[in-house]
Amino acid sequence: MRIGLFIPCYIDAFSPEVGIATLELLERLGHEVVYPRDQTCCGQPMANSGFNAEATDTKALFVRNFSGFDYVVAPSGSCVQHVRDDFDAIEQTAEVKEVRSPTVELVEFLHDILKVEAFPWARFPHRIGLHHNCGTLRRLGHQTPSELHEPFFSKPRDLLSKVAGIEFVTPARPDECCGFGGTFSVFDEVVSTKMGYDKVSDHARAGAEYIVSADSSCMMHQQGCAERIGLPIKFIHIAQILNGASA
Amino acid sequence: MNTPPDMLHPELLAADDAHAIYRDGHRLDHAEAASKPLRAQPEPQPRGAKVHGNRPIDQAEAAARFIAAPEHEKMHDERLWDLRQKRDREMRGIAEWEELRSLASAIKEHTLTHLDQYLEQFEANAQSNGIHVHWARDAAEHNQLVHGILRDHGAKSLIKSKSMLTEECGFRHYMASVGIEVIETDLGERIQQLDNEDPSHVVVPAVHKLRTDVAEVFSRTIGTDPANSDVHYLTEAQREATRPLILAADAGMTGCNFAVAETGTFVVCTNEGNADLSANVPKLHIASIGIEKIIPRLEHLAVFVRLLSRSALGSPVTQYTSHFRGPRAGGEMHIVLVDNGRSERLGLEEFWTSLKCIRCGACMNTCPVYRRSGGLSYGATYSGPIGLIIDPTSNAHKYSNLPFASTLNGSCSNVCPVKINIHEQIYAWRRELVKRHEVPFAKRIEMKAAGELLSRPAAYRAAIAAADVALAHLPRFVIYNGLNAWGRHREVPHPPKQTFHSWYQANRGEKQ
Repeated sequence: MRIGLFIPCYIDAFSPEVGIATLELLERLGHEVVYPRDQTCCGQPMANSGFNAEATDTKALFVRNFSGFDYVVAPSGSCVQHVRDDFDAIEQTAEVKEVRSPTVELVEFLHDILKVEAFPWARFPHRIGLHHNCGTLRRLGHQTPSELHEPFFSKPRDLLSKVAGIEFVTPARPDECCGFGGTFSVFDEVVSTKMGYDKVSDHARAGAEYIVSADSSCMMHQQGCAERIGLPIKFIHIAQILNGASA
Repeated sequence: MNTPPDMLHPELLAADDAHAIYRDGHRLDHAEAASKPLRAQPEPQPRGAKVHGNRPIDQAEAAARFIAAPEHEKMHDERLWDLRQKRDREMRGIAEWEELRSLASAIKEHTLTHLDQYLEQFEANAQSNGIHVHWARDAAEHNQLVHGILRDHGAKSLIKSKSMLTEECGFRHYMASVGIEVIETDLGERIQQLDNEDPSHVVVPAVHKLRTDVAEVFSRTIGTDPANSDVHYLTEAQREATRPLILAADAGMTGCNFAVAETGTFVVCTNEGNADLSANVPKLHIASIGIEKIIPRLEHLAVFVRLLSRSALGSPVTQYTSHFRGPRAGGEMHIVLVDNGRSERLGLEEFWTSLKCIRCGACMNTCPVYRRSGGLSYGATYSGPIGLIIDPTSNAHKYSNLPFASTLNGSCSNVCPVKINIHEQIYAWRRELVKRHEVPFAKRIEMKAAGELLSRPAAYRAAIAAADVALAHLPRFVIYNGLNAWGRHREVPHPPKQTFHSWYQANRGEKQ
């Protein structure tokens, strides 16, 4: 299986360790992973702000970079969801469709496609609170959203349950948005940061040592909020834990 | 899922509350009840968005002022989250909840796509029930029509129950201008009327106010003791002040939750019974009905009644579900069917399903942005998620900022009892506003620059390298200055030693 590794712009710039963990984990599971060097971004920042025309060249570049793989895998549900669901700023040629549909987020890939049963190398003896990016939760379907009357499941929790030593804690508002929201975080920064303070405080009250998520963008915002209010809570991406990080 | 005690606002805690009322061992904790003695210096109520004619409303500015009043913000967030939790509890009690939502959505979509037929059927049946039926194209026509009916009857005072449609029409202001006294009979709406403020929520219109704010309003308007903010005292004082006005009123007015085409009857749901007072005390009853309120048959009502109050307040049903079938003996009943932009909205391919809305407010209760901003920050009749997609249809310029007041988290669409894809419509409105050039020029420039950079790998790599160096070496005051919206209220990310890209070059450079 030939996998194209999609490392979103903010992971590249601010959380390279998440990209490295994803690459190593996929290789550890025996797959050929290629990182197309000319990749930049999926175009979500422009498109989410309503600027479709301004996003077309970036999207065309994305398609050029990721053509011809069996799967395109990214450690970011938000970007994957954008590529799969909202990537309509460019003409939907056969090539575009062939790139969109096999673009998957790491947890989905491990849980639904590879169906990984064990992570014998992983051990994380800490209390963790799961954070779900809203697009990852409600559109990619990582977990049953709290609003719906449907049987409960949680893909990230299923995977993390296979890691030795881990203990889950649940905040009072388990899937409340943290306030990042892409460009919302700067255009509406007071509301955004208030939501962030509330979110990290809720996790801290529940007893979490770490906030764990499949999306680094939310965590980057939450970390900034936690540091500002002096909350000693730590952040780690699910890829790092599954790849064997111990702290 | 229960909220731990230390998250609750002091006003919601029962433990040390000598004034709490218990029945059958349960504390009565209606959304607008619970009372404690007044503290010395109450926090003043933050006011809503500044409105300057047709200039775009700055929701973020008003929201920031709301957050700067922490007592209000905390109470508001927790009170509405409490409603959301009660809604979840009710939902879990109905095995077929998701089916009900689908059914409600299908009934509404069917009705909206056959609206002309059902409206005419409703009109004919209402007329044969002895009801006078009028049609109003817009707010002005509605107001003039109602004024005409009142004038014909020599009516000088009007008691009315809560109606978002009349808010849309600026009805109270119009009536004041023609010298007719309007008395709101919903307690929350009456508070808002006395404070000369719009409702901040479609179901709980004064939810943004603390008891101390109400005490201030009542002391100023109906002469209560300014130092007493006991809820029961204030409610009783309001009741005593308003009852005589209700008994003496010349005419009554209600809105409508559902109008049934096959019977020509309509239904009003309230918790205070105030619609029944408004409709039944005076001889003349006028009902303002938006044309999207039609449902085809009486049996469809069962679907909506099961969803409405559960979604709105987390209670199984409203205290009163009143069916109005025709005038009483010796009385007169009028219906005004109002369009006010609805037909036009029905023609908008991406946005017409917003007309399915039954005004339960569940999207507001669940919205993390709304809970922290207060409904008045939107500066529009409809606030919260549903407001973001309805308001721009009436004025895309004035409400051009509203669709951006969202993280697109999608919780609103999931709680919506008629399955409106609210967050997808918010996203679509952003695109629409960019297309119509209703987005600030600076944002356009920024996005154009971002698009150009992100589509050129070499230029992008150079910029990233420069940004890394900048973050690592600039002094803190440069990063956290007033122009940097990221860093004003949160820390900027710690720049890593190298990007993933350069790590890959260094460690896996031979591949590709």
